[in-house]
Amino acid sequence: MTQMPDREKFPVHTGGVENFDLESGRYMKVWQGPQHPGVTGNMALELVTSGDEIVDLKTHVGYLHRGFEKLMERRKWIQNFPLVCRICVPEPDFNEYLYAAATEELAGIEIPERAVWIRTLNLEMARLTSFLMWLGGQAGAFGMGTIGQWTVTMRDFMLDLFEELTGGRIYHMYIVPGGVRGDVPQGWFSHVLTTLKNVEKVLDDIELVLFNNAVFKKRAVGLGVITPDMVDYYGITGPNARASGVARDIRKDRSYLIYDKLDFDIITGISIGVDSDIFGRTRLRAAEMRQSISLIRQMIDKMPEGPVHVSPPNVLHWKIPAGETYLSAECTRGEYGYYIVSDGSDKPRRVYVRGPSYTHAVALFEHMAPGTNIADTAGLMVSLHTYPPEIER
Amino acid sequence: MSIKDIIAPFAVWKRAFEKPWTIKKPIDDRPGADRYRGFHKNDGDTCIGCGTCETICQNAAIDMVPVDGVQGDGGDSGLRPQIDYGRCCWCALCVDICTTGSLTMSNRYVWTDNDPDVYRFIPGYDSKEWDNAETGYSRPEGYSLLKEERVEMPALSVEEGLKSFVEMIKGYSAEQAVKEADRCVECGICVAECPAHMDIPGYIRAVREGNIDEGMRLLYETNPFPASCGRICTHRCEEVCSIGHNGDSVAIRWLKRYIADQVELEDYGKALPRPEENTGKKIAVIGAGPGGLTAAYYLRMLGHDVAVLEARKAGGGMLRYGIPEYRLPYDQLDKDIEYIRGLGVEIRYSINVDAESFKNLEKDYDALFFSTGLSDPYKLGIDGEDNPRVFGGLAVLDEVTAGKDPKLGKTVGVIGGGNVAMDAARTARRYGAEVTVLYRRRVVDMPADIEEIEEAAEEGITIIPQAIPLRVEDAADGKVGFVWNMAEMVDDPDGGRPRPQPIKGEIHTFVCDSLISAVGQGTNLPYLPEESESGVAVKRYKPVVDERGQTGNPGIFAGGDIVNSRKDAVSAIGDGHAAALSIDRFLMKKEA
Repeated sequence: MTQMPDREKFPVHTGGVENFDLESGRYMKVWQGPQHPGVTGNMALELVTSGDEIVDLKTHVGYLHRGFEKLMERRKWIQNFPLVCRICVPEPDFNEYLYAAATEELAGIEIPERAVWIRTLNLEMARLTSFLMWLGGQAGAFGMGTIGQWTVTMRDFMLDLFEELTGGRIYHMYIVPGGVRGDVPQGWFSHVLTTLKNVEKVLDDIELVLFNNAVFKKRAVGLGVITPDMVDYYGITGPNARASGVARDIRKDRSYLIYDKLDFDIITGISIGVDSDIFGRTRLRAAEMRQSISLIRQMIDKMPEGPVHVSPPNVLHWKIPAGETYLSAECTRGEYGYYIVSDGSDKPRRVYVRGPSYTHAVALFEHMAPGTNIADTAGLMVSLHTYPPEIER
Repeated sequence: MSIKDIIAPFAVWKRAFEKPWTIKKPIDDRPGADRYRGFHKNDGDTCIGCGTCETICQNAAIDMVPVDGVQGDGGDSGLRPQIDYGRCCWCALCVDICTTGSLTMSNRYVWTDNDPDVYRFIPGYDSKEWDNAETGYSRPEGYSLLKEERVEMPALSVEEGLKSFVEMIKGYSAEQAVKEADRCVECGICVAECPAHMDIPGYIRAVREGNIDEGMRLLYETNPFPASCGRICTHRCEEVCSIGHNGDSVAIRWLKRYIADQVELEDYGKALPRPEENTGKKIAVIGAGPGGLTAAYYLRMLGHDVAVLEARKAGGGMLRYGIPEYRLPYDQLDKDIEYIRGLGVEIRYSINVDAESFKNLEKDYDALFFSTGLSDPYKLGIDGEDNPRVFGGLAVLDEVTAGKDPKLGKTVGVIGGGNVAMDAARTARRYGAEVTVLYRRRVVDMPADIEEIEEAAEEGITIIPQAIPLRVEDAADGKVGFVWNMAEMVDDPDGGRPRPQPIKGEIHTFVCDSLISAVGQGTNLPYLPEESESGVAVKRYKPVVDERGQTGNPGIFAGGDIVNSRKDAVSAIGDGHAAALSIDRFLMKKEA
């Protein structure tokens, strides 16, 4: 059941100007955010409501703009890896990986096999960790804060693992040009396996109480439907696209790192038999969490031995041959990409970050919100899984 | 919707009876992981203040600041990193790049204070509660952001080298030089240590960027003997090089040589500045060694007329007569000297200065600089030392320079552990002799460059350390016997270096065809008039000068081996440069 706004019911924008007669008493303008628990990150939603129904939504970004892309042009190649992780707080590793991999590609550096495996492991752990936070947010947006407490606890145990591996909980700064910063510490794999078991147990509980929940079903089923024809039109990637039945996953389609050596299938709404509404997307993401757990276990099983790093030239004078490259990876939200241009100097000439939140949180969200209930805005936004810092690099 | 959807959510209640996960801070402590990037620690004894952490910090959170009780000498800048936790992001790039490994992080991560200024502190010096906490992040094994291995220098094989006096070291190719220059972190610790204070990071950068002319210009700012120094400099700079703390020091000397080798003598003028306009002042320099010619070069550049008087037939002093050709080919030395001469410095050879002519020079010239080097070999001070089979080390090298075979015989003993001893030993080896070096202390105590000692050993020269000379006596078949006493090293109660002490009964005799005595040499200043006449005081055989080379007579300056304690080419060059500036100030009545 698609809930599309009946555009004819409401006045429309003409020439970029809104035609709501706010004096008429029919409409009310409400600002949600930039500081609002129902908005992921700092982003403002300018809502025009009629009763409790959203008539129009405009997104406002810029509250988190720190000029990452520009900053990188003024720093030496090595100095950027501590910076890129800040572009997406809940899953910094994709930034670290893409920056490092693109730099290596431009510089012509081959990294050791074990480093490739550890990177992949790192990314899958980041996916699981990020989904844990998201799942709590999704449940919380519909008033089920208990689940949020469970998942955030589990996320913290995942962060413990990151702390042990990388020395940092949030900003890992672990995947560096040339490989990874240090080998896996003694006993770390067994810690990972223990934590994964706990996460699985909590996932079982969550699936029981969330997917068999009258309230969640009432609110989430049929809300925020993404149809397959919207996917290309809005540039939708990741679980948002897969839930609609479009089987796209960069891990399979343009295999990178060691994904071609791992056993997994693309999960789509069709393959697990769900609709592409919020309920379906939640189930799909829960399935992808289990997939991540399986991938991590496979990697720990097959992890090769060897060095984890090759030294670049003296990083203080490291110049990278002129060239450009675009690398992408499948993050939790879809296609994450880095386009890097080198002019042959010791600093990048241009770094462009392609984050999936841009299309999802702005164009798609503005399209989907009208016609929904104001109480569902938060749930709808969370279901698109967006992180504002990556919208405004 | 089913009945399950109504009942299932109540399952959340089961967790209400579980033990909470939450840690009760601060009652329960939670230490950071073994690798935790917590608060910084710095081992002040290991830190040399190179400032590479400051350079790499992308947040500009680190400033190098002076610290009480830290002396800036001997390869230590005297500065220590101060970290501003208002800017730090704990990325640990500073720890990764630390050249000595002194900077690490603790696993502590909680620090509260009501004074915002305390968050800018000097790790290791401003006492903090985590100073003794467990180490968190430190540079992982095998992970390096710097290149720790030196680019290998192409050289003749030992067998090839022993066949002739052809230069052993071939020099870097452009690619090798750039790669080697790339290892430099430009900390500048070397500059302070170099007696001539050369702009080492500057000329290494010039190599890296392929700007040879700029490199030449920087070399000649402080040293007009780059081709020679690039080969035989004692390279104290490399001993303090920050990269050398965790790897091989940067081959500073070879890079200097690389620059000089790239430019033909006739092209020097294109890269280097011309002398200033003539001032009309005349200066006499006695001795055409590195000290005298350096003074002459800088005086000429300042527009003065300079006449250099040299007793020998050619210039270069010890560089020519003390250093064998396989280390410093004469054409390279000539290149350096020719450029100085080409600028209008007049060098008069075969002129012996005596007390009378010294006084005349003082009268005829506006200022006088003398740097005549050490020419008086020390005696061994043992019986039988005047045996005709005992030769002086310098005398042997001198003869070889003149193109004569020193006729040392098949077995040669060399007494001494300095560079002259090594050069004499290796020279004798090139004439086919079996050579043994006998030195009174340990190998580590030898004043010779470590490279010379190593290369001598590679060339098959035997080194007998802890051999105290007792006497020289005649042996059968016209040979000579050197009687020595095995020593043991005893610690100096005054804290000096360990002293050799004879072991009773351990007396040996070394029989050889020739003995070369090379235990150092002293000043020889027969030309210097009495202090009452010249105003130049001599104390402990050395002319007394101030730090700018000026003697008691304001118009007379001295430098080089006769004055300084290092007694090497680059110190003489430093002295010559300092004296030239000092003479200029004196003549032009400039303020100091």
